[in-house]
Amino acid sequence: MNPLTRRRLDLFIANRRGWWSFWIFLVLFIFTLFAEFIANDKPLIISYKGDLHFPIFKTYSEKYFGGDFDTEAFYRDPHVQSLINAEGWMVWPPIRYSYATINYDAFPAPFPPSSENWLGTDDQGRDVLARLIYGFRISILFGLTLTITSAIIGIFAGAVQGYFGGKTDLIFQRFIEIWSGLPELFVLIILASLVTPNFWWLLLILLLFTWMSLTAVVRAEFLRARNFDYVKAARALGVGEFRIMIKHVLPNAMVAAMTMIPFIMSGAVTALTTLDFLGFGLPAGTASLGELLLQGKNNPDAPWLGFTGFIVIAAMLALIIFISEAVRDAFDPRKVVK
Amino acid sequence: MTLLSVQNLSLTFRHKDRAVEAVKNVSFTIEKGEMLAIVGESGSGKSLSALACMGLQPPAAAVSGSITLEGKEVIGAPESTLRSIRGKEISMVFQEPMTALNPLHTIGKQIAEMLGKTDISKIHELLESVGLGHFKDRLHSYPHQLSGGERQRVMIAMAIANNPSLLIADEPTTAVDVTVQAKILKLIKELQQSRKMAVIFITHDLTVVKKLADRVAIMKQGEIVEQGKVSEIFAAPKHPYTQKLLSSEPKGEAVPLPAAPHVLMACESLKVHFPIKKGVFGRVASYVKAVDDITLSIPKGSTLGLVGESGSGKSTLGFALLRLLKSQGRIVYLPAPDASPVQLDQLRGEKLKPLRCHMQPVFQDPYASLNPRMNIQQIIEEGILVHFPELSQKARDAMVDGILQEVGLPADIKTRFPHEFSGGQRQRISIARAMVLKPSFVVLDEPTSALDLTVQSTIIDLLKNLQTKHGLTYIFISHDLRVVRAISHRIAVLYKGKILEEGTTKQIFESAKEDYTKNLIKAAMLE
Repeated sequence: MNPLTRRRLDLFIANRRGWWSFWIFLVLFIFTLFAEFIANDKPLIISYKGDLHFPIFKTYSEKYFGGDFDTEAFYRDPHVQSLINAEGWMVWPPIRYSYATINYDAFPAPFPPSSENWLGTDDQGRDVLARLIYGFRISILFGLTLTITSAIIGIFAGAVQGYFGGKTDLIFQRFIEIWSGLPELFVLIILASLVTPNFWWLLLILLLFTWMSLTAVVRAEFLRARNFDYVKAARALGVGEFRIMIKHVLPNAMVAAMTMIPFIMSGAVTALTTLDFLGFGLPAGTASLGELLLQGKNNPDAPWLGFTGFIVIAAMLALIIFISEAVRDAFDPRKVVK
Repeated sequence: MTLLSVQNLSLTFRHKDRAVEAVKNVSFTIEKGEMLAIVGESGSGKSLSALACMGLQPPAAAVSGSITLEGKEVIGAPESTLRSIRGKEISMVFQEPMTALNPLHTIGKQIAEMLGKTDISKIHELLESVGLGHFKDRLHSYPHQLSGGERQRVMIAMAIANNPSLLIADEPTTAVDVTVQAKILKLIKELQQSRKMAVIFITHDLTVVKKLADRVAIMKQGEIVEQGKVSEIFAAPKHPYTQKLLSSEPKGEAVPLPAAPHVLMACESLKVHFPIKKGVFGRVASYVKAVDDITLSIPKGSTLGLVGESGSGKSTLGFALLRLLKSQGRIVYLPAPDASPVQLDQLRGEKLKPLRCHMQPVFQDPYASLNPRMNIQQIIEEGILVHFPELSQKARDAMVDGILQEVGLPADIKTRFPHEFSGGQRQRISIARAMVLKPSFVVLDEPTSALDLTVQSTIIDLLKNLQTKHGLTYIFISHDLRVVRAISHRIAVLYKGKILEEGTTKQIFESAKEDYTKNLIKAAMLE
């Protein structure tokens, strides 16, 4: 391993809080990636008449199991369950609710935490824990996608400005100044009401503003590094501009960018939560943390909704910030490994 | 009478389970009113030892031993005692006057801060004593309005404000031009004598030591290898390292020229002007004339030394000839006597690219000129990949091996990274990067200035060997006239972007016409 990488890794590990946060976050993320296998209203495996079936991947009609209707089997129905159990067995996920499953027994909704719904149900009778798992996943996936895309655009834009300087830089800078002067939240709300927002629309709309967060630092690094002696040497060797940018200048800028990227991530997660909370976010019915918070606000008599939402969001953002701090330490040239 | 006594001083940095002893068992004493020079190469622990006398060593360092100032122990003394020592009994002048002065405060305020009160007459008196008498009505100037030499004088005024009994000067003239250097050194010597002040002078420049100091301590890798009277040490050095140091002053002269060489590179009324824009619409108000109307011709196989103070345009001229900067005026390159001349200033971009391998630069700072993320093979190979993309990996390896051998480096270093090498080795690597393309014209931009004295002469020897072997043509840019003399056939003295004087090395050193040149030579040789 390159000694510089080794040193950075050592520094990252030396920040114990960040190192632990990183692992907790990774475990939670991988765990929620498989949400369908943890919280679902379909069994994981069905053995029916000696054959194995996997209803998560394939739809079976109720008739297939000897029921009355030619629609998808509703496995939570005691009638369907008894039909399957008579001819075989079922393995259920630990939580027998999907994010949209309504528990009609828990009445009136919202129903407080019980042995059936560990974190209670929301105001439409859906299991809060199941929605939390799906909501966490979509927040992180959204945050990651937005961070990566805005980092790519931001680094590219910053690189072009900083490396070529002069008029390119001047025009680009003025454009960014005007663009960042737009009232972000209002533009988002207006755009969100023009289209029917889904995951990709929201990503695109938020991307309009988040790509600028990295351009400034990357531009500054490129401005500085384009006059380094080894860049001049490469130019004197006749190396092409593009290769100089990638090979000689970009690694310098990546240090500054890497330090900022986790902070962009926490910003992205917060932005999605905000939009969901305001009702301009993901389509109705999607499990999301912002929507859970909104329910908490609308149902002050059901404190488990607000508390759950608040604690999970606070914990998730804290984890990301702790990891960010460790990343920042890792790239700090003055930090000493103890 | 002994003023300061340092006994068995050691400074250790712990890094994980590794301990680095930066200063090992150093002992020296300094008498009242005496000047002690501490000489050593970079990293030899000379600055650290001096900082420890004021309790200013980095907090990460573990200190052992004893430092007594007029009988009082400094090591382990409480912070309040140390504060009363600093500035009052021991004060310090740093290397870089731009960063050592606070840019947001006027010089008057900063001197007053040292005095503890605003005593205008005292400030005037101090300025007078450091030769800034004409600054009396300019107490409201900010550091950026002063020249490097003036800033260094203000620093000295601050350092002597409280009549300290010991002044520590940490390479106070490294960042200033030679002519300024001579004046600052003279000032320090005068102050030492008139105020009966002891001075610890940290430097790597032996000429300065010979001229100024009473006693000298030579440091190497954290240890004092030899100390004693300057006259005795210079006359009869005992330790092999001291002998090596004293014998490594650049000497010798340029390699013999081939008979009747043709002019390889020439420029006619070359100008590099940077526009100064004013107003909203960027109207060009005036120009900074970095290089102004220079005509030169350099015969093949010879070295042209470019000398001048910082800002005289010598580097700009070098890079303009390499077509790395925009310039006006003709630049003509003639690869062989019977070849047709190439007018470089007419070429740009892709047309210029094939010619790039004929002309290469070598930079001053070997720490900045190698990409820290590339290994040696990648660094040297980069140019080959551009100019000879058809070569196989095997052929490229052979070229890299060949050039490494030529610059005196083992071939097994190819997978290592620049930070694993010393300054001198790095400079060899950057020479290898330039030479692997077999250029005919090389601009050497202060290639030895960032190196230690013992390494400087080996690099000069290497450059001369390469020149004889391949018939290379050099432009050697330097402010150090001693080095320039050792390699150049001709010397051009630059002043404010113009050539003030040009002639053979012998002419310039023995019968310079211009006073400026004479002063430059005098200052450099400290005669």
